[in-house]
Amino acid sequence: MRQPVSSQPCIKVLRAGPLALLQDSGRFGVRHLGVTQGGPADLYSWAWANHLTANPWGSANLEITFGGLQLIARRDLQIAITGADLGATVDQKPVPLWQRVSWKEGETLAFSAPVNGLRAYLAVCGGFVAEPVLGSVAAVTREELGGFCGKGAKLATGDQLSVYSNDQQGREGLKQAPREAIPDFSQPAVLDLLPGAQIAYFTGRSLFDAFNSWWQVDDRADRMGVRLTGPRLSCKISTLVSEGINLGGVQVPPDGQPIVLLNDRQTIGGYPRLGSLSPLSAARLAQCLPREQIRLVAKGSEAALTEYRSFRAFFKKA
Amino acid sequence: MSLEPSLESAGLDGWIVRLFEVIDEHNLPWLSALSHRCEQEFGDALVDLVPSYTTLLVVFNPLMVSSPQARAMICRILADLEPEDSTHTGEVHKLPTWYDLSVGPELPRVAAQAGMAVSDVIEAHSQQVYRVFALGFAPGFAFMGLTDPRLECARLDTPRRLVPPGSVAMAGRQTAAYPTATPGGWNLLGRTSARLFDRNREGFSLLRVGDQVRFVPVSRNEFEREGGNTTPMEPLA
Repeated sequence: MRQPVSSQPCIKVLRAGPLALLQDSGRFGVRHLGVTQGGPADLYSWAWANHLTANPWGSANLEITFGGLQLIARRDLQIAITGADLGATVDQKPVPLWQRVSWKEGETLAFSAPVNGLRAYLAVCGGFVAEPVLGSVAAVTREELGGFCGKGAKLATGDQLSVYSNDQQGREGLKQAPREAIPDFSQPAVLDLLPGAQIAYFTGRSLFDAFNSWWQVDDRADRMGVRLTGPRLSCKISTLVSEGINLGGVQVPPDGQPIVLLNDRQTIGGYPRLGSLSPLSAARLAQCLPREQIRLVAKGSEAALTEYRSFRAFFKKA
Repeated sequence: MSLEPSLESAGLDGWIVRLFEVIDEHNLPWLSALSHRCEQEFGDALVDLVPSYTTLLVVFNPLMVSSPQARAMICRILADLEPEDSTHTGEVHKLPTWYDLSVGPELPRVAAQAGMAVSDVIEAHSQQVYRVFALGFAPGFAFMGLTDPRLECARLDTPRRLVPPGSVAMAGRQTAAYPTATPGGWNLLGRTSARLFDRNREGFSLLRVGDQVRFVPVSRNEFEREGGNTTPMEPLA
């Protein structure tokens, strides 16, 4: 059992910003209760933040959306920031991303606004302390589950955060991500879609359009789902009897504009689906800002599985 | 009853098993049997099972089982699947419900549509034993049915911004009770004092797919004694 560093919280929130949430890998084995999965919207960057701080897979770190967050350290800490470049500074000096850095007692860590990408992940050596709810600390605000308080709340100004003591010395991995592992969020996202579900019911024209058009990320985008605008897709069936929906599912309501379902989606839904984004493509989409252009490409499930298994194998080794 | 199941991909870690085409409470013993068999066969490789009306979503750990392997396992289960004995599946819940205009403002609307008196709507709604078809929309929100066909009603044109916990509601031929305060577009008939979502309960949710539910009419006094919230609904704008 890991112990908190001390009864004194290690970090104080000076300014909460629009949205910062504690996320472990998610809440599983509970979807039959109507409880969603939660977890990091960008699984890839989240996993790297844990790796660079020698925290095991599944450790909770902070998902910071848009920026605006300011934190002060109450003791010397080792941290890593991955994912989006939100203009992070420590005492006004830029913080290098995708590597372990020191954050000393009394210094202020501040995130400003998106430079590249949308969501940053802040991990602390040892990991954040929170009590699991239904097996997970993943914060889902809509369901009022998880997070530091257990009720799904996002970080609030004045919150005090505790950290486990760092007893992970034996499992040190990389302290800096190699250049080729760092995603370039300034490039248009090309997302792998595994065809499935009701794809056979879409018209030929719609299938051509789906994979040969630019899609624009709409303003209506959050942790539940991301709406895409572009050519109108038509399906021979307009609604289904509601059924379970998985991460990355691409559903098409009667208006013909697809919605990609992310971590906080409802557990069941009744719109026809083209298929699912691969987990790593769903993670990439979560870094797209409104009005960014994206492409969808069809991918076989075998290739997607190989890619996902090698991603997970890397983090298992460390 | 014979099955003509189909499997549809739900990504690299999931299959939708479609057992039926239409909503029917006779689907439940089959879906329940399939869920239990999947738990046995997949063991630790099982991540989640989401039963719903006509389908079961099987989510597995793709590090342990590939999508074709999972498909083969599900097909083997389906080959000799037998429905569970429906009389012995699912708990029976009695939900004490205060049917009243102040907390069930759509009682007159449903009554007018059905050409019935409000008291007959309450009787028709509370006499039936419902089955839970699916959980979703919000944690612990159970979609139940089917209601008396005379009570069939459309959703509200404009959903309410906030429906209080315990609200007993109808839409189409389904009925539900709101476990937590959420937006909602269903017709409100009353309120139950039952704790539908309770953090002190294992799994939090009172109701599970396949459970049986009856709404039992109670007086305002009984409702209050059981801890029910009598705050009246605001009229719809």
